[in-house]
Amino acid sequence: MFIVKYRPIFYIFSGILVAGSIIAMLVWGLNSSIDFKGGSLLEVSYTNGRPSQDVVVSAVAPLNLSASVIPSASNEYDIRTITLTDDQKNSLISVLTALEPASTSTMPIMIGSTTATATISSPSMQVDGFNTIGPVLGAEAAWKSIVAVVLVILAIVLFIAWAFRKVSEPVSSWKYGIVAIIDLVHNIVIPLGVFAVLGHFYGYEVDTLFVTSLLVILGFSVHDTIVVFDRIRENLRVMPGSKPFSEIVGTSINQTFVRSINTSLTTLFALAVLYFVGGASTQHFSLSLIIGIAAGTYASICLGSPLLVTLEKWQKKGKK
Amino acid sequence: MIAFFIIVIAAAVGYFVYSSQKSVPFKLGLDLAGGTELVYTADVSKIPADEVSDSMSALRDTIERRVNIFGVSEPLVETETAGIFGSASTQNRLIVELPGVTDIDAAKSAIGATPVLEFYLIKTSDYNAITAKNLNATDTQTAIDAARITTGITGSMLSKAALAFDPTTGAPIVSLQFNSTGAQKFADLTKNNIGDIAAIYLDGAPLEMPTIREAITNGQAQITGSFTLDQAKDLVRNLNYGALPVPITVLSEQTIGPTLGAATVNAGILSGIIAFIVIAAFLILWYRLPGFLAVVALAAYTCLNLAIYKIIPVTLTAAGIAGFILSIGMAVDANILIFERMKEELRKGRSIMDAVHEGFSRAWPSIRDSNTSSIITGLILYYFSSTSVIKGFALVFIIGVLVSMFTAITASRFFLFAVSPKKQGRLSLFLMKNGFTH
Repeated sequence: MFIVKYRPIFYIFSGILVAGSIIAMLVWGLNSSIDFKGGSLLEVSYTNGRPSQDVVVSAVAPLNLSASVIPSASNEYDIRTITLTDDQKNSLISVLTALEPASTSTMPIMIGSTTATATISSPSMQVDGFNTIGPVLGAEAAWKSIVAVVLVILAIVLFIAWAFRKVSEPVSSWKYGIVAIIDLVHNIVIPLGVFAVLGHFYGYEVDTLFVTSLLVILGFSVHDTIVVFDRIRENLRVMPGSKPFSEIVGTSINQTFVRSINTSLTTLFALAVLYFVGGASTQHFSLSLIIGIAAGTYASICLGSPLLVTLEKWQKKGKK
Repeated sequence: MIAFFIIVIAAAVGYFVYSSQKSVPFKLGLDLAGGTELVYTADVSKIPADEVSDSMSALRDTIERRVNIFGVSEPLVETETAGIFGSASTQNRLIVELPGVTDIDAAKSAIGATPVLEFYLIKTSDYNAITAKNLNATDTQTAIDAARITTGITGSMLSKAALAFDPTTGAPIVSLQFNSTGAQKFADLTKNNIGDIAAIYLDGAPLEMPTIREAITNGQAQITGSFTLDQAKDLVRNLNYGALPVPITVLSEQTIGPTLGAATVNAGILSGIIAFIVIAAFLILWYRLPGFLAVVALAAYTCLNLAIYKIIPVTLTAAGIAGFILSIGMAVDANILIFERMKEELRKGRSIMDAVHEGFSRAWPSIRDSNTSSIITGLILYYFSSTSVIKGFALVFIIGVLVSMFTAITASRFFLFAVSPKKQGRLSLFLMKNGFTH
């Protein structure tokens, strides 16, 4: 009941988060990776300690590849450039190799009965990974991502409207769908905003994996919403007409919020482990999932169902 | 009884996953195993529209052969038609994955050359001498290649190959039509070497070794052999298009060093184990006996999933492993919904058995609806994924939802009924309720 009663507070809280996220996206934009804009990414590591970032930047600058050099892990650099040709790539690698002289070690060897010293030199720079994506492919990936997000939202909303088709009093089933849209948009706008901020200050990138996380957030965060809606559906059947809609919604939230939190908690546990232990390649992915699923749990309890009550109130006013 | 069965089967499946690691290892994606991925776009503008798909599969076969010569274990070569919505132009793509290959330049030059079709002459006496030695297949081939004589006839002199059938036996025949230069050379070749072999090589590998039966002067030749209809069709396609280059250009390329992948796999395994332990601890502390059963069901879930990854097989990528760990967290959701509902029914004063029944039947609609929305998401993700990494994730995600429907509902239901106390005592109530007192 508490939540339904004080719903304006929660609306304002969510509103601030969403508005902040949208402003962050408008002001700073998202830092899109080569997945979407095309380009090349070269990952190199220096086994004997890396040269300083300034050295690398000034060494690479004459090649005119509009390169950005970002340190990663303890002895690696990620170098992002325009889409490289084979020649450009080779000259970039040779420039980087030249930065750190090959390490030499001497060891005694026996030749016949005399001992000689052999010098073994091994290059200290190695290429860990190279990825280049043409601009056409990038544009296609970006477009596909947008289409996929929109399709998932539409599909889920249509599904909810269909699944709750038998519920028409006092709020028609398509309104459950609309509330679900608001929930879903809320849940993906917040991670988008957080990544706009992280992208601006820490260079976090938005790639195809990030879009995947948004889709998973959409698919998962609707679970909690469905659980509450399902309970409202059931309670409407069990106690029809006898109680005001707002009370039924309030009761339904009270009855289900423990399970909403627990289902999200187990998933958040898994994601937190993945974030801290799972390795660098999926760290940002799990971070955006954590943000989105937390937002989704909050929204299903404090935003979605109270919104149904608000819609019902408006509907009543309209009739009078 | 059934509950016991499920445990035994799950344990057997788990043992299979563990013990078959050598014979049937998990299929690791390039980002984990290390290797090279190249995406090409094929220029089919000069090929008639109805022959595009044929020439694309010929291109795939050709490149597969080149890649095999390159000595890569389990390469993947596939074609794909891609287009941006709303634009009329579709692109024909060729995706080449070379696990373990990190020298991208060498790989590119091996793939990039246009296919070469050549005819060689092999003296039957040489051929018989070689086969009489009973060498292994590789050595035999090396010896045959050394004995072959260049004829100067290449695919560029072939004007057409077609499928025909032997009028008497009905066996498939491949008929060849040379252009004038080719016909002249072929006539010379066949006139002087009746009884010898006119070997057809594609990209340096022997395609067919027909014996010359008679002099062929009109530029028409037939290859008869004991091949099946499909093999004959393939041969015709290779002869027609193998010699016809479909120009390809690189769209994207990716190389991943092997060290990076190994670290990711280890991190993935470790986080999977930790996630399982954390979730198990949470379930047991919060839901007690049912929670413990859910953990058993979750263990079954893990085993079944891993077995399915091996059987299908699903190519595991870093994102796929993340998806699996995520799915461990999601798989117990149905259990949580059921147990919470059970608890509620117990509070209403129902008996344990009734509460268990009600818990399952009342929680079902929301489990069904929420899993349906997950599957919808997974399918859209699968069909709109722009990279194989995302496709791998989507597949793992969908499999996870489906398997969890079985383990979290069917399996844990049997478990729960198997152990549910018939009598109601303080202990049994304590075990079935949870620590959250109202």
